[in-house]
Amino acid sequence: MPVNRTDDEVTVTAAALDAESAEWLRVLADTGPQREAALARLHEMLVRIARREVARRGPRLRITGPELDDVAYQAAADALLAVTGKIGQFRGESRFTTWACKFAILEVSAKIGRHFWRRPGVPLDAGDWERLPDRFGFAPAQEAEWQDLLAALRRAVDDELTPRQREVFVAIVLNGVPLDALVAELASSRNAIYKMLFDARHKLRAALAAGGYLGHDIPGRL
Amino acid sequence: MNGWSALDRFLRTDPRDVGCDQAMEMLHIYVDLVAVGAPAEQRYPGVAAHLRACGPCGEDFEGLLAAVRGEEH
Repeated sequence: MPVNRTDDEVTVTAAALDAESAEWLRVLADTGPQREAALARLHEMLVRIARREVARRGPRLRITGPELDDVAYQAAADALLAVTGKIGQFRGESRFTTWACKFAILEVSAKIGRHFWRRPGVPLDAGDWERLPDRFGFAPAQEAEWQDLLAALRRAVDDELTPRQREVFVAIVLNGVPLDALVAELASSRNAIYKMLFDARHKLRAALAAGGYLGHDIPGRL
Repeated sequence: MNGWSALDRFLRTDPRDVGCDQAMEMLHIYVDLVAVGAPAEQRYPGVAAHLRACGPCGEDFEGLLAAVRGEEH
């Protein structure tokens, strides 16, 4: 997928390992009891990180108690597999533990996204335009001032977006579906859904600016 | 913030935004820089632009930063 390739940002050279990271790599490359002990320590750390992360996100989720713990343990188990499977890709640009913890965080995100669909009653297609003013904080008392803007936005959604962009916009912006949940539902990737929403935002802003509703801006790329 | 500025802010796109894949590829490096107080945003402006605009990636950034800081204590 084309994105803003900023190769200077993503081209990093292998750095000299700090002592702790070098030790992790050494014991994980070993065989026998040393490796087993290292894997146990790594798993313990990933469980700790995943449990803290679900607890951090918990207040904003409709998942509680044992279910939240299940998410954490599954995330840690999958993260351990990812770390051991990809250890050859670790190039020492960060501490080993930061690199390893990233997998636990990403697994928690993905699992919470899939969990969303256990809740019934979230439509993907029909847009809930009535809730849009509240989502963006338009005060009902000033409806006369913003109703033309939102009518123009609705026209732009209908006229300017592709069907797929409209589907993503409606699900995320109008119906409040979390982006990761939409990724799971559409069997897509976070990057693909984000890019669709990015392009939709850019088109909509350009349409509203052309209509005099918003100021002009620098074109987006992505 | 009123509705106009909230909508305007949501629709604005940053041309430096690198997207989710590159931001996640760099996340551990970016977080380690932030954790030690290094100027991560200046070093990786496209990643910073993305983390500001993308809710899920921003959440992962906050989570990994909290994890790293939690492990240090």
